[in-house]
Amino acid sequence: MRVISIASPVAEAAACGEASGEVPKLDLPLTRRRFLEGSGILMGRIAAGSALYALAPSPVWAVELKTLSKDEGAALMKMGRVLFPHAKLSDAVYALLAKDLDAKAGSDAGAAKQLREGIAALNQASGGSFVKASEKKRREVVKAMAGQPFFATVRGQCITSLYDNDMAYATFGYPGSAWEKGGYITRGFQDLKWLPAPSLAASPKPYMG
Amino acid sequence: MAKFDQNDESVVVIIGSGAGGGTLANELCQKGVNVVVLEAGAMQSNASFINDEWKSFSQLAWLDARTTSGNWRVAKDFAGLPAWICKTVGGSTTHWAGASLRFQEHEFRARTVYGDIKGASLMDWPLTFKDLEPWYAKAEDKMGVTRTNGIPGLPGNNNFKVMYAGAQKLGYKECHTGNMAINSQPRDGRGRCMQLGFCFQGCKSGAKWSTLYTELPKAEATGKLDLRPQSHVVRIEHNEAGKVSGVVYRDKDGKEQRQKARIVAVAGNSIETPRLLLMSASEKFKDGLANSSGQVGRNYMRHMTGSVYAAFKEPVHMYRGTTMAGIIQDEARHDTKRGFAGGYEMETLSLGLPFMAAFLDPGTWGDEFAWWMDRYTHTAGMWLVGEDMPRESNRITLNTNVKDQWGNPVPNVHFDDHENDVAMRNHAFAQGEKVYKAAGAVRTYRTPPYPSTHNLGTCRMGKTAADSVCNSFGQTHDIANLFISDGSQFTTGGAENPTLTIVTLAIRQADYIAQQMSARAI
Repeated sequence: MRVISIASPVAEAAACGEASGEVPKLDLPLTRRRFLEGSGILMGRIAAGSALYALAPSPVWAVELKTLSKDEGAALMKMGRVLFPHAKLSDAVYALLAKDLDAKAGSDAGAAKQLREGIAALNQASGGSFVKASEKKRREVVKAMAGQPFFATVRGQCITSLYDNDMAYATFGYPGSAWEKGGYITRGFQDLKWLPAPSLAASPKPYMG
Repeated sequence: MAKFDQNDESVVVIIGSGAGGGTLANELCQKGVNVVVLEAGAMQSNASFINDEWKSFSQLAWLDARTTSGNWRVAKDFAGLPAWICKTVGGSTTHWAGASLRFQEHEFRARTVYGDIKGASLMDWPLTFKDLEPWYAKAEDKMGVTRTNGIPGLPGNNNFKVMYAGAQKLGYKECHTGNMAINSQPRDGRGRCMQLGFCFQGCKSGAKWSTLYTELPKAEATGKLDLRPQSHVVRIEHNEAGKVSGVVYRDKDGKEQRQKARIVAVAGNSIETPRLLLMSASEKFKDGLANSSGQVGRNYMRHMTGSVYAAFKEPVHMYRGTTMAGIIQDEARHDTKRGFAGGYEMETLSLGLPFMAAFLDPGTWGDEFAWWMDRYTHTAGMWLVGEDMPRESNRITLNTNVKDQWGNPVPNVHFDDHENDVAMRNHAFAQGEKVYKAAGAVRTYRTPPYPSTHNLGTCRMGKTAADSVCNSFGQTHDIANLFISDGSQFTTGGAENPTLTIVTLAIRQADYIAQQMSARAI
């Protein structure tokens, strides 16, 4: 089963040179300075009993943000849940939305500005904190922003971030790639039994050699 | 692969390698004609196709910049993507679903039969169904169309079972698994369909007909084909006598190359073909090549389309198996009692989870949308495809404000729905919903037209040079050695998926070109 890594890989450590035996210092974003500069890590747990629990390599998921803060990422996740509310879809998938928007912000200053200002507007409209507001309030706040460019950016990103990944496939029951399993000719392409079978003239039998 | 010199003036140059270009190439090569095919896209294969909707889209789709205008919803939701067609060897035959229906007899006489519909540029074709029949038969044999030539129909998948059950309850009489260019049993050196469910992403088993792995290899085997992928034609040149003399193209390194030609056949699909003719304007042909009628780029048709999806209490798993092997043909007739001219077909359709999210209702969000995505495995779907009205104002023009990667003006696709299109669509939506309700649907959804997969009519054929671009052989009226070889030729759109008719016209055009070459007429 293919596994999708949702934790950003940490900077590759150079190999230990045999010559000196010295272990090189790794450039890890764990200093207080870096945190204060705005990178953040979103973390959560995959719910036991969910479609993902058996498939995930670990019940804990983590996403590293390079440009947006942890709070900004959390706000985007919550906005994603308002736009596309799926009770059965893990936070781990909504975190991908934050990750992908963070990447956009990292490569485009205009996008970063739009996202930061949009998130600030969400917070302001919620009376301080979008994330801490009630679900009802969050829905109102998001609805009021429909039609704005920030809204369009986030909504548009959701289409791929939320629905085009293995976790979403598992959650919604879409198996994805089929050719390597021999397609569906022997795996239930016509296994529906709750309606009468079509006539042979309309639907001839499959050729099995 | 043959290699013809760029200064060889005896070759036929074909622009595009899809249903029109690929078929024309093979037919001419089989007759001993030397052919150079210039294809803008790269070479893929069954091995390189990807069972992943977005990745495949990046691999195969025509993504060069385009703009849109008009009141069609595609201009709002997909302003930069008027069409979902291909830039790859084999063209859109890599991506198509395989539906291979003949036009109905009366559809070649749309103007006579439907009358003069206001706001439409209806015209009879300059050929009849009877004229085309022998070549339709050849095309069906070439492509291996099910329910012809002794080829059994495909077995129906779950999505078809739902359509069939509803169709029976409603009293429809013509519901079956379609006339598909997909092998139901081994044929022509290709295996039978494995029901992979990724027809739109390139058939990895090769059961579906595509020029990529049928016509082009057969042409190559004759030793007469010089196929050049990643060769993007940017201009067709002509001599002082007004005959085309060759083409200029950008090779895979972006360098300009020139290939001389005895004959040029343009098969870039209905947006690029007129665009190329317009871009090839010169001192002698100020409005573009073959455009004395002013019709190059005009009468753009995309078929009346839309989809109906339906959610059921029980699972459907519509993604399992062929994307489109299922049809109801009862509504394809011309019957103005329904409130519109022309007819439409109802064909099963499935999208994967990623494309469902993108296309179910572009721009939407919220509880209702989420409700549908939650029920993905319990959803059935169909696509409605019918005859839209040609309009002079629906057209491809050069957008001089936006330049492509070569500095050339991008094509703008302008489209306004005709009221006949709207009436037909509403009727089709309602009937599709009835079919699914009869099968037990809990809810139904009306999905608007996708970026156009059927693109037609922009270099229409007709009897005279005053009102058409080419004759019944696709030979342009103005320039005897310049041919239109794709769906741009269509005078009207009919209700049927166009590929079979495009292949049919290409086989017939090859006969004509070969005969004209023998007679030294061109």
